Amino acid sequence: MRGLLAGVLLVLLGVPGCAPKAPGTTPEMRVGSKKFTESVILGELVARLARLPGASAVHRRELGGTTVLWEALKRGELDIYPEYTGTLRQELFAARGLRDDAALREALAAEGLGMSASLGFNDTYALGMKEAEAERLGIRRISDLRAHPELRLGFSNEFMDRGDGWPSLRDRYQLPQREVRGLDHDLAYRGLESGALQVTDLYSTDAEIAAYGLRVLEDDLKHFPAYDAVLLYREDWAKRNPRVLAAVLRLEGLISEPEMVQLNARARLERVPESQVASEFLTRKLGLESELRSDSLASRVWHRTREHLFLVLVSLLAAVAVAVPLGVLAAKRARVGQGVLGLASIIQTVPSLALLVVMIPLLGIGSRPAIVALFLYSLLPIVRNTAAGLTGIPGDIRESAEALGLPPGARLWRIELPLATPSILAGIQTAAVINVGTATLGALIGAGGYGQPILTGIRLDDTGLILEGAVPAALLALAVSGLFELLERVVVPRGLRVSQGRGA
Amino acid sequence: MFELEGVSKRFGATQALQPMELRLPPGRTTVLLGPSGCGKSTLLRLMNGLLRPDTGRVLFDGRPLPLEEEEVLAVRQRMGYALQGGGLFPHLTAAQNVELMARYLRWPEERIRARLEALVELTRFPSEALGRFPGQLSGGQRQRVGLMRALMLEPDVLLLDEPLGALDAMVRSELQVDLRAIFARLGKTVVLVTHDLGEAAFLGQHVVLLRDGGVVQQGTLAELESNPADPFVTRFIQAQRLPLEPGA
Repeated sequence: MRGLLAGVLLVLLGVPGCAPKAPGTTPEMRVGSKKFTESVILGELVARLARLPGASAVHRRELGGTTVLWEALKRGELDIYPEYTGTLRQELFAARGLRDDAALREALAAEGLGMSASLGFNDTYALGMKEAEAERLGIRRISDLRAHPELRLGFSNEFMDRGDGWPSLRDRYQLPQREVRGLDHDLAYRGLESGALQVTDLYSTDAEIAAYGLRVLEDDLKHFPAYDAVLLYREDWAKRNPRVLAAVLRLEGLISEPEMVQLNARARLERVPESQVASEFLTRKLGLESELRSDSLASRVWHRTREHLFLVLVSLLAAVAVAVPLGVLAAKRARVGQGVLGLASIIQTVPSLALLVVMIPLLGIGSRPAIVALFLYSLLPIVRNTAAGLTGIPGDIRESAEALGLPPGARLWRIELPLATPSILAGIQTAAVINVGTATLGALIGAGGYGQPILTGIRLDDTGLILEGAVPAALLALAVSGLFELLERVVVPRGLRVSQGRGA
Repeated sequence: MFELEGVSKRFGATQALQPMELRLPPGRTTVLLGPSGCGKSTLLRLMNGLLRPDTGRVLFDGRPLPLEEEEVLAVRQRMGYALQGGGLFPHLTAAQNVELMARYLRWPEERIRARLEALVELTRFPSEALGRFPGQLSGGQRQRVGLMRALMLEPDVLLLDEPLGALDAMVRSELQVDLRAIFARLGKTVVLVTHDLGEAAFLGQHVVLLRDGGVVQQGTLAELESNPADPFVTRFIQAQRLPLEPGA
């Protein structure tokens, strides 16, 4: 059993990105992208250009959001990622009130970061409605919304919160609507289509504007600032790799707004993989040929299975090592027990996404913060079941062990823990199954696993891709559950399974 | 063998035992008798240190029970203890239950085997059932395993808390006969807790009758009957005789 586990771990430790890299001589670049299509395409473009002068470029795609990428860049976990000037000014440096790009450059330099010139397009926020409905209600400009307080509004979660988002837009235009929902940007279009929503936020380069027949409402009060696409990079990396930077900066001024809409449409609506979209664009504009590598379904699933199992196994083993002793402590010392269980319960109530994001400043992006978060989530079921298993031992059995003259340590090992194994095992099983599910969120912070295709599938509205992650995740959960049934036969003492009635 | 000097015990608001003096001489079977809640089980647990007295002290073999947990454990290995239902460990076989302490103390294999054989013979336990788990044994068999476990380390004294309480009448009387034979053969100090007068009369030489945490009277059962110290003694004896001798 132990040998098998060790073997599994060895295989998993071979997962690329998890093993420490030997310092190589080829220049390296780690590019990140946000979890929307445009950002992923830009990330692909950057990665492809960087490979021209021979750099080994890693693209960590679809990371959770602006904060995740910003923190990762500042910590040196990423070297470069595509960002928007508006986001930098309004969100990341909101408190500074930076007037222009020059001021922005200065503020970035103070953080050790550099910024490219505009890539050529402005992806600003806008509000959109179905063309027919807008026509019917006579709405052309955002100010026209004032006359229709009954409209149902739905905005992306980021737009609901950010400095230049809904709250300031509402104040600026004095909008009266009360029914305002926050939801995932990719779901908003489906909401519009079904009639559940009437107005949503858009990006001006969204592929769907044309595809869904949407009217972009004029920002007549000029509320939204410019969101010029730029590349943010670490200055120290740029100094070490001037040739790679030069290659990547060929993107400056290269992509016009209609071109970006077209690239987005190719990926989102025609379901062409971003890597191919990027490759086609570079061939067309710069005459570059770059090889396209695509993995088979089996190799993709196998790769993600290894990533997923790595997250689950490492976090679970660590949780068992910590939570079982904690459970024993909780059973033996009532007051400590209440404290331990209370703390574990509080951790359990922290939303997983929040916990993951909180980890980033401490542990960066990738598998490490995901493992720590999963570890924390696994504690409660194991601690609680261990404590319950021990305190549930009948009084006469406990007393017999004491009366025989067995010291406390021997009582624990020879009597109490064996009797508690069914309960402890059930706790570990619960933790493992929850763990398999929660680990899919790890993709949001670059930990990979089955969450990656789910994330991409939601973004591209591609059910096949969602299933490519969801089905293996469900199967893995079932397999884990089944494994524990088998384990129970090995680990739970035979006497506990044959006994009927008392002592069970 | 046991001397209790001014020993009392309180659980929360309940005074389980009044301060009491009690001497139990070695080599004799003493029965702690009384209605439920009279403190007889508490008394037994004070003797092997499972409970600590609030006042007074307990002497075992002329020496006070040590305060150190480790030393108490060593003393307990000289006191066999069995309780109602056997208190067997359900994850261990009958043999494993009996051998547990000897193995913990690293007795040589040969000695363990010989001792187990002797006990199987003494308690008339079917040796083919040694490999079974408690869940697979009958109530009487479980009780015999409990007794073997208590006797494994060849203790100086044997403490039994209602050892026959959970058994039906037939098995019970059979075990009573066996127990009496075992006590006679071993010649050890035995302290037995029961609420059953017949059992006390059958197994015990010396009876200590308790009520509300205090000793009402002690002596042979004949002495208690012929020379009651309190009307309660007569009432207790009468109440248990009544169903057997209608009209008495």
